[in-house]
Amino acid sequence: MALPQRRTDIGPPHYAEFLPPVIKKNYGKWKYHEELDAGTMVHVAEGGDKIWTVRVASPRLLATDTIRDICDLADKYCGGYLRFTSRNNIEFLISEEKNVEPLKKELKDKGYTIGGIGKRVSNVVHTQGWVHCHGAATDASGLVKAMMDELYDYFTTKELPNKVRLAVACCVNMCGAVHCSDIAIVAVHTKVPPIDHERLGKICEIPTVIASCPTRAISPDPAKKSVKINEERCMYCGNCFTVCPAIDIHNPETDGLAIVVGGKVGSLRSDPKFSKLVYPFFYNDPPRWPKVIAAVKNILETYARYARKHERVGEWIDRIGWEKFFNLLGIEFTFQHIDDFTFMRETLRTSPTFKW
Amino acid sequence: MSKKKYETPLLDELEKGPFPSFVKEIKKAAVKNEMANDELGQLERSYKTKRGYWKHGGIVGVLGYGGGVIGRYSSLPEEFPNVAMFHTVRVNQPSAWFYTTKALREICDIWDKYGSGLTNLHGSTGDIILLGTNTENLEAIFAELTSRGWDLGGSGSAMRTPSNCVGPARCEWANYDTLEACYQITQHFQDELHRPAYAYKFKIKFAGCAVDCVAAIARADLSIIGTWKGKIQIDQDEVQNYAKKGMNIQAEIVNMCPTQCMSYDGKELKIDDGECKRCMHCITRMTKALRPSGERGATILIGSKAPIVVGSLLSWVIVPFMKMEPPFTEFKDLVRKILDWWDENAKPRERIGEVIEMKGMRSFLEYIGVPPHPAQIKMPRKDPFFFFKPKDFETTYTKDKV
Repeated sequence: MALPQRRTDIGPPHYAEFLPPVIKKNYGKWKYHEELDAGTMVHVAEGGDKIWTVRVASPRLLATDTIRDICDLADKYCGGYLRFTSRNNIEFLISEEKNVEPLKKELKDKGYTIGGIGKRVSNVVHTQGWVHCHGAATDASGLVKAMMDELYDYFTTKELPNKVRLAVACCVNMCGAVHCSDIAIVAVHTKVPPIDHERLGKICEIPTVIASCPTRAISPDPAKKSVKINEERCMYCGNCFTVCPAIDIHNPETDGLAIVVGGKVGSLRSDPKFSKLVYPFFYNDPPRWPKVIAAVKNILETYARYARKHERVGEWIDRIGWEKFFNLLGIEFTFQHIDDFTFMRETLRTSPTFKW
Repeated sequence: MSKKKYETPLLDELEKGPFPSFVKEIKKAAVKNEMANDELGQLERSYKTKRGYWKHGGIVGVLGYGGGVIGRYSSLPEEFPNVAMFHTVRVNQPSAWFYTTKALREICDIWDKYGSGLTNLHGSTGDIILLGTNTENLEAIFAELTSRGWDLGGSGSAMRTPSNCVGPARCEWANYDTLEACYQITQHFQDELHRPAYAYKFKIKFAGCAVDCVAAIARADLSIIGTWKGKIQIDQDEVQNYAKKGMNIQAEIVNMCPTQCMSYDGKELKIDDGECKRCMHCITRMTKALRPSGERGATILIGSKAPIVVGSLLSWVIVPFMKMEPPFTEFKDLVRKILDWWDENAKPRERIGEVIEMKGMRSFLEYIGVPPHPAQIKMPRKDPFFFFKPKDFETTYTKDKV
């Protein structure tokens, strides 16, 4: 069968094709919304029109048949309209109130997980991992699944002091939002990478490899027509591997996972914050990573216990102080926690006031 | 079709438990698709050996484009021949990820015919990700998609697919039309999206307010975040309703206001609007009672990125306030100037935030024609060393000359 005529540079379809009639009618005229339960909210327009949203968890990696199943439900209850959130939740958009409860019932019967709205854990932003990335030091989808099985109630029912945004990155490139999340897992390397000198000369540009190193640990090795790495300076970021596959940063035995906390992107109350290191290393332990998942759960539940209403994780820690945080969590403080890279000046304490 | 049957004891563990399982998704696709089946087999191997088996990307794509497809090859092609090639196709999502079921089904049908049947809804930058196909299918996929109104997204050292929050489509807090802005900017920069010509990637995200549901301030080289200039309108009856329903307005609203510009005597909530910095805390907690008013627009910020290579950056304010109304001419002109300056000054693989750090904010602001403004800083410089240019004495300091 002949292929249809290709076109170029047409860009995405216009979103108006995909908006439910009640949204088209009330575009820009929404007055307020109410959270009805962990997975349901209603938006009310100036003129009184309403649209209900039912939010459902997603593993992000979806088979086409699952998408079709979701489409069947949207056809039955939502006039064929749905959307996805920036955190990859599925949102069913319902124009008629009588369809809300039947949709929720059918979703539950089919095993979908409803929730993620309000002061809860929402879907986890994560990277490709071993599923599809060349640079992955661990699997992101698996970590997310193992973590959310443990934190399931915080998605579906239980409330927290404020929303908690979780993320997982399978290497320090952080294609997820790990650097600004409430609690996040990031895969790290811990050893200076070996160099395959024979391959390097053939497949890598030496000046590019040297320039890729943030600590200037890489220098030319003219005798080998390759490069050498100063082991004292290398922080195992893997940026050299990104530009040169002959420097293989991966090491299944010594790659591991770190936990960072306290980041946020919203400007509510306090400025957006970066996540900071609290656990420098766990061994990579698939398929369930029990130690790292237990540590995440402990951080979340300690926050739930001690934070004030509306405080995000980072705001709670700023109020109580990091020394108190380490103390409460029982986390051993190590040299890895003290910045000796780009943020040293702004992260060392400059007053003799702190808590015992 | 006769498929290899892979034993997957490790991945089977991740079918258990209540949260939706990606393993179930791969298995579902694997029932009828050889590529998905070999993906399953290779992934189980990774779980066993704790390492990945994908090679660095290769150059693959469709005629006339330099991006939109990410080449992916297995390093174990003999064992897993159906994923020997397993390229990603990035499809530019519609604004705010709204769909009709008809549109989604069309994409599913194309993908079942030419690819693995596995997708990501959505990728980190926002695209529809079609996960795994071979080189010979790419032109067919492209023809099927574009003839139905879809186009590829960005990849490599190019403008990446812009994305935006739900905005005025379903949110009362949007200060400008994030959907239309994203659509028009994406259309305006099609060449920059499809034909990588830059030093590195360049991301744009549109958020309607300071809640920033698309993480524009952390994940975009250019962050456009909605704000307003007028007062916060107060519906005192609704304030009382929140109090009646159990909200402690003093503790939860007044005391948590970062500028301490609010007061409440049990009857009336007052706001000193001149002191408000529009952080959105009170509005998000009492959305029925409080809402912005007056002039709407956005703050434009620049430079955020993840840590590779010398540390993460959050975006910095450059334009404190800009009207964001179709056809967005002022904004488009600004983006052109920003891209020009970056293109002039960046070394390979340098993001714009890093170039600004190297060259200085003055060089950047002068080029794009934006004057210095206290909204751009947290505090002025602390050291007494600074540059002067002759023209500073001819303009700024002329009046001080005796």
